[in-house]
Amino acid sequence: MTELGSAGTPLVAASGVTKRHGATLALNDAGIVIERGQTHALVGRNGAGKSTLVSILTGLNRADAGELRFDGTPPPPISDREGWQRLVACVYQKSTIIPSLSVAENLFLNRQSASGPISWRSMRRKAADLLEAYELDVDPKQLAEDLTVEQRQLVEIARALSLGARFVILDEPTAQLEGKAIERLFTRMRALRESGVTFLFISHHLQEVFDACDVVTVFRDAQHVLTEPVKDITPPQLVEAMTGEAAGESVGNNRPPTSADADVVLAARGLSLPGEYTDVDLTVQAGEVVGVAGVGGSGKVALAETLVGLRAATAGTVEIAGKARKAGSVPAALAAGLGFVPQDRHRQGLVPLLSVAENATMTITDRLGGGGFISPQRRRAVARAAIADLAIKTDGPDQPVSGLSGGNAQKVVLARALANKPKALVLISPTVGVDVRSRESLLEAVDEAAGRGTGVLVVSDEIEDLRVCDRVVVLFHGAVHAELAAGWSDRQLVAAMEGVDET
Amino acid sequence: MSTRGSGVNQQTPTVSNPELTTGPAVSTARGVPRFARLRDFTLIPVIIVLCVVGYLVDPIFLTSGNIINVLQQQTELSLLVLAEAVILISGKFDLSLESTIGLAPALAMVLIIPKNANGIGTDWPMWTAIPVCLAIGALIGAFNGFMILKFRLSAFIVTLGMLITLRGVQNGVTGGNSLSQVPAAYLYLGSANWAGVPLSIWICAVLFVIGIVLLGYFRHGRSVYAIGGNVDAAKAAGIRTDRVIWTVLIIGGVLAAFAGILLTGRLGADQASQGQNMIFTVFAASVIGGISLDGGKGTLFGALCGVLTLGLINNVLTLAHVSGNWLNAINGVIILAALVLSRITSGKAQD
Repeated sequence: MTELGSAGTPLVAASGVTKRHGATLALNDAGIVIERGQTHALVGRNGAGKSTLVSILTGLNRADAGELRFDGTPPPPISDREGWQRLVACVYQKSTIIPSLSVAENLFLNRQSASGPISWRSMRRKAADLLEAYELDVDPKQLAEDLTVEQRQLVEIARALSLGARFVILDEPTAQLEGKAIERLFTRMRALRESGVTFLFISHHLQEVFDACDVVTVFRDAQHVLTEPVKDITPPQLVEAMTGEAAGESVGNNRPPTSADADVVLAARGLSLPGEYTDVDLTVQAGEVVGVAGVGGSGKVALAETLVGLRAATAGTVEIAGKARKAGSVPAALAAGLGFVPQDRHRQGLVPLLSVAENATMTITDRLGGGGFISPQRRRAVARAAIADLAIKTDGPDQPVSGLSGGNAQKVVLARALANKPKALVLISPTVGVDVRSRESLLEAVDEAAGRGTGVLVVSDEIEDLRVCDRVVVLFHGAVHAELAAGWSDRQLVAAMEGVDET
Repeated sequence: MSTRGSGVNQQTPTVSNPELTTGPAVSTARGVPRFARLRDFTLIPVIIVLCVVGYLVDPIFLTSGNIINVLQQQTELSLLVLAEAVILISGKFDLSLESTIGLAPALAMVLIIPKNANGIGTDWPMWTAIPVCLAIGALIGAFNGFMILKFRLSAFIVTLGMLITLRGVQNGVTGGNSLSQVPAAYLYLGSANWAGVPLSIWICAVLFVIGIVLLGYFRHGRSVYAIGGNVDAAKAAGIRTDRVIWTVLIIGGVLAAFAGILLTGRLGADQASQGQNMIFTVFAASVIGGISLDGGKGTLFGALCGVLTLGLINNVLTLAHVSGNWLNAINGVIILAALVLSRITSGKAQD
């Protein structure tokens, strides 16, 4: 482990930590040293042991072996939640906000009053003061379920700090945030670091590590690989450390240009949905990959959801394979030859307890047998082909999807979308929460589908996702703002997304 | 991290926010009533409409005698709803309440009454009637909790099994007979009047007020909502979730046993079928009253309104001389209508 040479005892020092989950070794003699006042990044592919380390650092799990020190002293027993809360706070990917309670009560959960009855008014006032101190424009009386993801995270951070913790773990805080919100989060993190808060920052976005962190630690295969100051490392080195091999060529556009007379497989004609987008025209030809970019609130997700039938537009038509079809109907869209990957794979993409095979063939059950009968053999055969095609890491077609890592689960969703050999494919944020390698194989699969003549629409915030596209349509405030041909620069794209005109 | 080991149980002061370091909640601030949420009042118009309709059907409806009668008939149900509402808010289920309401007083009675009155011959002293009955309720709740929390079983199935088991035990112990030698204490609680109003109504009112205050204004009460809303978040906040759920289930059992005392005292006997099928009404009242079956949502005030609504509906139907054979059908339709109504007024999907 690299010594960083800071004076004094480190704020957090874990060494030799080993943790088993059943047969799998989640952490194998791993460790991390975090100095006071650092913003320390922790990166690694899915399954590298990051989440397990977080659960041990926050006292939710006990390590099988190893030593943990906070400021040189051993941590309190696992049962002493209050003791842990004063040491370390964590904003998990999974929200620890209780949606049915007010913001004020969430902030003071289980400490609504020191003793005796709760005074709601004084609690709300304290909550308002706390929110004001952290410059959060949130009404303490409002229900937490009405908060945006960004507000929710900031409320969690404010709560953590108000408990006295000066060490905050942020577990993929940016995964669900849009660009502006991420910047605001970083600004806040910098301000808090000035006031002495130490961060452990977990992200799949390597650029964020370079933007926001001082030191980076890489985990791979349940072990610590390296800890380096961010300024001494380059992105390719980081990718190499994460994957154990030199970074491959980034997936580019390897397809021949689409011929101008290829059939239009997916088209939006004058689509409008009040509050989301107005008068959008868009076409995707067979074999073409079209990107749709835009910041949060640009209407890009709503547009994509309209194309696949999850929403119905109030004006205009959606054409799939050259024919207008019923608005707001997913079955009609599927029947017309459309496949799609929904935005939230956990909520809309997968049935976690069902097997890989069942999930992957959910759209084509009619083709697995006659008269409603589903042939398990045929299903398994189809699933095996998909597993091989997309390089899904699984025990086999019968493994429940809940046991897969994020990247592999997303591949199953893609397999489901591709199962009916769609003429048009719509992908909404296909690589959110997916590690570098899985992202590459997902994008390769998209590339191959396009090569077979499928028209693909990729709706994403990720520059890497948009890089594979033949052209990128940029939405701004619900209208098409710009269209960029392949070969655009990052700066051009970002400028267009922010509504800035560049010439 | 300098506060570590200081042993102080207070939060560390936040530099930028001295307000946080002020001591206990200022007691002079009078809180806005917790139940003053719109959702809780959606049944008030329904209740008013029912009163108007009742009056039009038969002016007797609005006499104090009739109202007291309606309320008294709802006392036992309201206690079960009180118990079930708290359990539902904590995110659990208890179907066995309807068997506890019959079994707990029955067991307490057979221990006391002589063999020739269907006792079992133990001839326990009369004073044990109430404590033993409540203790049995607590034991049943504790056993439910044991099965649900220690074996991680579904509360629905555990308490369904208990519903059947407990009913069977009552039949077995009493030989299917009605116990009519009811202890004086039961008779007093179930039928005495205080200031012209049945004691059981006073008791229910007091218990609901206690429940509303506990759930609205105390940490442990709020933790019930936190657990039902997001059990992982509650754990992360340091709430001892299992302990709270266990307590809630035990309180539920005790309340059901107490409802059994009131019912036995009011009717003057404990039949082998006492409480049978009541659980459906309990759930209907709870859900109409805005308690979510998914946990974390609803208030006791709302649940109480749900009980009153059902009671008034029944009374109006009786006064309208609706044939007894049709009562259930009409009752069911009205429950469905009330659900639709509260769904529309609250504007949110039913949980």
